[in-house]
Amino acid sequence: MAETAVKEKESVFQFGKKERKLLTDPLNDNNPITVQVLGICSALAVTSLVYPSLVMAIAVIFVTAFSSLFTSLLRNYIPKSVRMIVQLVIIASLVTVVELTLKYLNYPVYKQLSVYIGLIITNCIVMGRLEAFSMANKPWRSFLDGVGNGLGYGVILVAVGVVRELFGKGSLFAGSPIELKIIGPTADYLVNTTDSMLFGWYANNNLMVLPASAMFIIGIMIWIQRSYNTKLVDVS
Amino acid sequence: MEFLNTFLKAAFIENLVLAYFLGMCSYLAVSKSVQTAFGLGLAVIFVLGITMPINWLISEYLLSESGLLGVDLTFLRFILFIAVIASMVQLVEMVVEKYSPSLYSALGIFLPLITVNCAILGGSLFMVSREYNLSNAVAFGLGGGFGWFLAIIAIAAIREKIRYSNVPPALRGLGMAFILTGLMGIAFMSLMGIDPAAFTTNG
Repeated sequence: MAETAVKEKESVFQFGKKERKLLTDPLNDNNPITVQVLGICSALAVTSLVYPSLVMAIAVIFVTAFSSLFTSLLRNYIPKSVRMIVQLVIIASLVTVVELTLKYLNYPVYKQLSVYIGLIITNCIVMGRLEAFSMANKPWRSFLDGVGNGLGYGVILVAVGVVRELFGKGSLFAGSPIELKIIGPTADYLVNTTDSMLFGWYANNNLMVLPASAMFIIGIMIWIQRSYNTKLVDVS
Repeated sequence: MEFLNTFLKAAFIENLVLAYFLGMCSYLAVSKSVQTAFGLGLAVIFVLGITMPINWLISEYLLSESGLLGVDLTFLRFILFIAVIASMVQLVEMVVEKYSPSLYSALGIFLPLITVNCAILGGSLFMVSREYNLSNAVAFGLGGGFGWFLAIIAIAAIREKIRYSNVPPALRGLGMAFILTGLMGIAFMSLMGIDPAAFTTNG
């Protein structure tokens, strides 16, 4: 009797090949942004700097992970006809938690992200994963799936942020404690040299600050990814 | 005059899709043919036009401290806004199903997905953060919806044509749609005489 109880407990939190796949699949083959085209809405406008993108990515990972967990825990008690409303209430409550926490911890970033924190609610990844995965799977696996999809989203977000900030402003992590000025005339690259010999000629590219550039960068990312991962190519 | 001003600003200068990336999911997924894009665009105008004043009344008279209840309930904003939007979308869905079954079947899954169309919730949140009054809120809703409508029609028309072009295989479909949207964003920007500060969230 005691033995079976222990066995069951182990099987709840096991981390095998399948579980690892839940985490890594959304990073490439099933990336929420470049493959599933979900959650672009609240993503692109925050990526002009790396630091807000990073905060946004963490917020989304938190929301996808815990909304998946709670939905999965409640999945047998949610009537099918009102499931959308129940899911939205779960997501909205978690997003409210995130919003208030961020407001308390880091007000400048909260101001920068403005409405986009609230828009995590309508981020299609969250709803999409709840509908497609959590409603039919056990809590632990749903949690991992949520983390994986949040990560897949976050990776793209931060990558776009890096490109846009580096070429648009010449810096990285502006606004955070570890702000680095990397390229451009006043770059202090690692050591505080006022004139970087390497990239002193670089003039900031203002196109990268504009929202349109995020579209180009993601378009090019999709291009690169699909060149290597040919099974993703759109045949229609 | 202020009404018209807000309307034009929301429709062209601060276009929800091209300047704020709101409603991108359905914008990319439903823009393969002009006909369905047209239907979805109309539905978005309608839902935005209705939810905006309702959410304005809720946030002004129910949630704010100077409202009817006299308690600061702004932390309930997300939940109440999304509930209003979900019920309005349900209403639109029933109307479309009754009066235009062909459009209903063409829109398919994307009609209920207007609920999670960021443009709708984003519009309401912008309305709160910019402290619009009621007439401005209506103008912003209709203008924003109209701008969204224009953007999705434009991209659908381009995508219908580009199907016959020789695009690199890896860029076909989605990748091209992203790049086209970027180009359209730049084109729309000329409407205001390029002022990047007004376009970026960090400006």
